[in-house]
Amino acid sequence: MTGGHLALTDVGKVYDSARGQVVAVADCSLEVRPGELHVLVGPSGCGKSTLLGAVAGFTDISSGSIEIDGALICGPGRPRAEPGADRVVVFQDSTLFPWRTVAENVAYGPEVQGRLARKAAHEAAREQLAAAGLSDVADRYPGELSSGLQRRVEILRALCNEPAVLLLDEPFRGMDALSRSSMHEALLEMYDRSGVTVLFITHDVEEAVFLGTHVSVMTTRPGRIKSTVEIDLDRPRSHDIVTGHRFRELVGAVSDEVRVEARRAFEAGEREMIR
Amino acid sequence: MTLLTLSRPSQRRDDPLAASGPEPHGRRRRRLRLGAALPLAALGFLIVLGGWYLTVELLALPRFRALPGPTEVAAEWFAPDPSYGTSVFTPVYYEHILASVRRVGIAFLAALVTGIPLGLALGWSTRVRQYAFPVFELIRPIPILAWVPLAILMFRSSEAPVVFLTYLAAFYATTLNTMLGVQSIDPNLVRAARCLGARPWTVVRTVVLPGALPYLFTGLQIAMGVAWFSLVAGEMIAGRLGLGYLINSSYTTTRYPTIVVAMITLGLVGFASSALIRLVGNRLMAYRARGTAS
Repeated sequence: MTGGHLALTDVGKVYDSARGQVVAVADCSLEVRPGELHVLVGPSGCGKSTLLGAVAGFTDISSGSIEIDGALICGPGRPRAEPGADRVVVFQDSTLFPWRTVAENVAYGPEVQGRLARKAAHEAAREQLAAAGLSDVADRYPGELSSGLQRRVEILRALCNEPAVLLLDEPFRGMDALSRSSMHEALLEMYDRSGVTVLFITHDVEEAVFLGTHVSVMTTRPGRIKSTVEIDLDRPRSHDIVTGHRFRELVGAVSDEVRVEARRAFEAGEREMIR
Repeated sequence: MTLLTLSRPSQRRDDPLAASGPEPHGRRRRRLRLGAALPLAALGFLIVLGGWYLTVELLALPRFRALPGPTEVAAEWFAPDPSYGTSVFTPVYYEHILASVRRVGIAFLAALVTGIPLGLALGWSTRVRQYAFPVFELIRPIPILAWVPLAILMFRSSEAPVVFLTYLAAFYATTLNTMLGVQSIDPNLVRAARCLGARPWTVVRTVVLPGALPYLFTGLQIAMGVAWFSLVAGEMIAGRLGLGYLINSSYTTTRYPTIVVAMITLGLVGFASSALIRLVGNRLMAYRARGTAS
């Protein structure tokens, strides 16, 4: 896969709220190069999801621009963003269509875009499922699957759409630690196989360091990129590395930065409450 | 008459036209218990029939003894040569059934064809909802029977007014529940479909319609119920044939057992039509019966 260069330049987002205007994101610039798995971490309410929503085309931005492979997604002259098949989002909660079988879900993108005929799309979906070791559930409905399996199918569905950028919005939140670690390995396996560019959002630093090629820390509101760390751990990664020295060192460094922002967010929240 | 005096739409729980989608787990369990349920159901029938027999025929209680009893009704219903002219052996019985089924069928199909698109539009588009929903909600509480004079004025035949009244009742239930069904869809499903490259019309076809089906089919069940209700009301007033007409004309000509024959027939036909809808619904929403894990 070629392409997948995501560039955010001086992005700002101002919300109108009951108490006046809220600056959620200000002067936020981020560059994700093709094939990176870029993780955004930051305290709750720092505008991570706003940013991801803007890239996806669900929310408009107030200033700045967002480009994918040089094509303007949102910015001057294009104030209203539209979702497009070049960036697929995997949400925190399952958005598999419950009335479609797993194979039908995976085939959905190519089918509705008319890239493949219905039959060809279903055959391709089965091949993809087989490659990911999910053949057994191809004819099941999502409601029959565990939440972990649902996640894997959903990520696979997104990848089968061959997006330029895959957007993951805290996809493993609320899962228990064991399922999470197997999900991490499943995601990395799919990522290594596809080479897609990924923007991943989380507030779990260990998850960020384990998965990412790069980790960017966001400041508290108004959200901005505070720093970007390149994660120089070997790939493919397995869970053995989490006890390693370099891993702990990186987690420590990123955690320190996140903690500062979390404390600032907490204090800002307290001040707001007193006022 | 309670079905026609509808409560306000905000009290969805109390609104008979706005029931929520059926629970898949409940249905599953019910099917498993069918073996134990049949004898109980038979017992229920026995109690009702026994009560009827006791009060009307055996004890002949005041007020009850004027009514036709079960043996009298059964004798009439299955008589090759019925004393009052209508039994399973007379062609006229089936003409009445056919006339009613035909009217309900036409009205119900018309309600599907108009109600589902309108409901989809109401649920999908805020602007359509702002235009049309207040009008809809003001017209909907008008009882179907209040439409009788206008229906007769409008359609100067004996057939069309009855079909119109039946249609109107079914239309409200279909539209309202389709709208609620659309509104029940997780907005992220729509977003996901857009991300995967679906154009807005494709989203309506592949996400909004299937997502609204559980509510829609609950609505169709209700629509079928109110359709039979208004059909009989219409036939009593304006019909020349049909089960409602049979009831009313049997009353005016004092053929009392025939009234009950027509009533029980209505129950059976109504049950069959609901079962048909349930069957189609279960076929279309097979995933609901199979989904067990959350």
